[in-house]
Amino acid sequence: MSHYHEKSLTELSRLLHAGDISSVELTDAYLSRIKQHDAVLNSFITVVGDQAMQQAAEADKVLRSGGAGPLTGVPIAHKDIFCTQGIKTSCGSKMLDSFISPYDATVVSRFKQTGAIVLGKTNMDEFAMGSSNETSYYGPVKNPWDIGTVPGGSSGGSAAAVAARLTPAATGTDTGGSIRQPAALCGITGLKPTYGLVSRYGMIAFASSLDQGGPMAQSAEDCALLLSTMAGFDEKDSTSIETSIPDYSIGLENPIEGLRIGLPKEYFDEGLDDNVRQVIQSALDRYRELGAELVDIALPNSGLSVPVYYVVAPAECSANLSRFDGVRYGYRCDEPRDLFDLYTRSRGEGFGAEVKRRIMVGTYALSAGYYDAYYLKAQQLRHLISDDFKRAFEQVDVIMGPASPEPAFKLGEKAEDPISMYLSDIYTIAVNLAGVPGMSVPVGFADNKPVGLQIIGNYFDESRLLNVAHKYQQSTDWHRQIPEDFN
Amino acid sequence: MNYEAVIGLEIHVQLATKSKIFSGASTAYGAEPNTQACAVDVALPGVLPVLNTEAVHMAAKFGLAIEAEVAHRSVFARKNYFYPDLPKGYQISQFELPIVGSGHIDIELESGETKRVGVTRAHLEEDAGKSLHEDFAGMTGIDLNRAGTPLLEVVSEPDMRSAAEAVAYMKKMHSLVRYLEICDGNMQEGSFRCDANISVRPKGQQAFGTRAEIKNMNSFRFVERAINHEIERQIDLIEDGGEVVQETRLYDANKDETRPMRSKEEANDYRYFPDPDLLPVFIDDVYLDQVRKLLPELPDQKKQRYIQTFGLSSYDASVLTSSRELADYFEIVTAKTGDAKLSANWISGELAARLNKEELEIGASRVSAEAYAELLTRIKDNTISGKIAKDVFEAMWNGEGSADEIIGSRGLKQITDSGAIEAMVDAVVASNPEQFEQLKGGKDKLMGFFVGQVMKASKGKANPAQVNELMRKKLQD
Repeated sequence: MSHYHEKSLTELSRLLHAGDISSVELTDAYLSRIKQHDAVLNSFITVVGDQAMQQAAEADKVLRSGGAGPLTGVPIAHKDIFCTQGIKTSCGSKMLDSFISPYDATVVSRFKQTGAIVLGKTNMDEFAMGSSNETSYYGPVKNPWDIGTVPGGSSGGSAAAVAARLTPAATGTDTGGSIRQPAALCGITGLKPTYGLVSRYGMIAFASSLDQGGPMAQSAEDCALLLSTMAGFDEKDSTSIETSIPDYSIGLENPIEGLRIGLPKEYFDEGLDDNVRQVIQSALDRYRELGAELVDIALPNSGLSVPVYYVVAPAECSANLSRFDGVRYGYRCDEPRDLFDLYTRSRGEGFGAEVKRRIMVGTYALSAGYYDAYYLKAQQLRHLISDDFKRAFEQVDVIMGPASPEPAFKLGEKAEDPISMYLSDIYTIAVNLAGVPGMSVPVGFADNKPVGLQIIGNYFDESRLLNVAHKYQQSTDWHRQIPEDFN
Repeated sequence: MNYEAVIGLEIHVQLATKSKIFSGASTAYGAEPNTQACAVDVALPGVLPVLNTEAVHMAAKFGLAIEAEVAHRSVFARKNYFYPDLPKGYQISQFELPIVGSGHIDIELESGETKRVGVTRAHLEEDAGKSLHEDFAGMTGIDLNRAGTPLLEVVSEPDMRSAAEAVAYMKKMHSLVRYLEICDGNMQEGSFRCDANISVRPKGQQAFGTRAEIKNMNSFRFVERAINHEIERQIDLIEDGGEVVQETRLYDANKDETRPMRSKEEANDYRYFPDPDLLPVFIDDVYLDQVRKLLPELPDQKKQRYIQTFGLSSYDASVLTSSRELADYFEIVTAKTGDAKLSANWISGELAARLNKEELEIGASRVSAEAYAELLTRIKDNTISGKIAKDVFEAMWNGEGSADEIIGSRGLKQITDSGAIEAMVDAVVASNPEQFEQLKGGKDKLMGFFVGQVMKASKGKANPAQVNELMRKKLQD
């Protein structure tokens, strides 16, 4: 029995280049693990074994002949929100259960060009709307650390698959915490880049001004490797930013002595679970030992984040999801009587409850007579939230706090209580509203469940975030822990 | 009671870009259904719009041409409604911050006066696809070729007071967008179409009456008829003690009537909000200066030049500058004949009448500017008379050859030999002795009779001026 799964993406890349293993062996090993474990976890919606093996054989040729990049032959998985040509792209919804994308998302084609192998598409909350992966049409994903608990969401499938070592890495998307919160709950490393750094083309839109794709893997080092491929200007996405992309792996070893870490008091208030607080505190102590300086700061408008988010995101989603109308592709109701019936039943039957809830909230917020009070006001408040970060980064280099107020909760525990579910993202949402980058890094356990430290950086300061996370991971092994039942 | 109509127009100008406003698909008209709809036009999951900068350039040109403020920052917004030929479930348009602010154009009224009509704004937006109801029994087909075609929607102030003014405004706008080469102006293909907002009020009243909107008009004639019809309908309604309701009406050209489409109560709440997929459009003065330098001579400038350098009347200058193609035609003819007035008279006279009769645009004239100039040169050098020229023109129109060929083959060359004409004069005088005595006795009216008879005898070929002169000489003998 091989133990490739214990290796990180970076280590696997080295082994492939050294010729110690082949991509075919590696891909086969991961496909076997998926077969063995995913019946329990439900982290994949689609597995493309044959295609993956073919790609692996191709990659081996490239690896042998030279000209291979760091990701050539490395298996990965894509969140099922990214369009993949010829492969079902469901977005976790009945609405797109039959949708085979005729094109690749920019992120997908970038990975294809580097020769990475796609194992399959990971499970997710329907249209990325959820924090527990329970809104998926394909059923909930289980957290590999405790299969009675949720993996977080919406990138729950990617997080669980990486945590259980069913894939070395996966892509995710983060609109209000959908990379960081599941990364925290599953004990892996996830990065939400600066808005505009990673192309959104082919990433099915939830809330366009907040959505951002990013890497999910075991370590910061792995994320750096992935981000170097994912990031970059795309002329197909008008909100993607023309900026030179560094090699994110280069600065990883930079010393962090004298690093100024801001601790916003709002992120350590009474809403935070005591056990989580202790774990976060010990991570901060470790940073101090590594030479960093801890500075108390304030993000005074943090309290506005959740209400602002739940106006802006539903408003944008209410328009973004209008294209799912049963006319051109996707789910269509049986025997519509007329146009109105076609629309109402196709959408009524094709969307799940949480998606419908948000479409209705958003439609309401944009309606004549309410627009100024809700949408316009929310956009104004969004500036205040951004200003909080701008001011903070005049004082400190990075901001740290918990990624989630509590560790993984029980399946079904919050499914019927949207407000308490929405509060799971209380520490992550402001980052999306401001557009700054944020990470979650595993820093220990509370009640045997992983705890994630959130590290927030200034705009385009991904290199520093990865460096700060990497230095911590060099002196700890939380990110190397594998859930017992999946080792 | 006397009523006055108040009319405002919304004109949809289809911009002549090669590709669509937010995708790379072609905008060419008439392709097989759905062959010019790419992933973005079909609104596949995950696709994003990218603004075609050519559309911005054209809108800026238009803004400068109507002396409007071109916005330094304009914003695309989503207009939300469900319809099968609207693939995204929203139309990308501009709402609060359009690219072109308030401007104006001047129209010439029938009285000869000039009237200034305000343009409230012009904004960029994408067209929808087409629903095809005819070809599929019990079903509707969707053709998305047109989806995403760039439109500039030009909204006027309610400054027009009659259907004739509305048509004059629309024609001027039509001419302008073709001068600017931002629209092909093809009304049959829907490249230039218009909605009208119409209300009536007692003459002298300041407040506007309740308005109705008429949609779906794609010819000048329909606009005129539909507006006149709607004015009449509203006046009749009020006279009968009724009230005009605010509603959208559709003009049916076959029945020459408007009928209600939807009322305000049913009106959609479009839930406009800024499109987060597109950045605001920023236009600076440097860019505008570049656009300004590329502007062609505009109709009003051309008209002034024709009056000043060619000495044309304001009316002739207006007619000749009404389209860029007509003005170009005129300028070629004038350059060849060296006689602007003669050219103007014959273009707005004979040629215009003929084009009008056959419902042709100047571009479709069967006599080219060069050929027409040859004909006019023959009038100018006395080879033929104006009367003969009309026959030659007719023959040219029918494809019988060039002016010189026709004059030659038909022997139409004017008789300028005074001996020959004198002989004809003598013959006519000899055969009408009584009338000649009367003419001598002072009955001047008979002069025309004698000239006419001589012309007839020459089969129209005698030089009329010479005939006159010789007759006068005869009288003095």
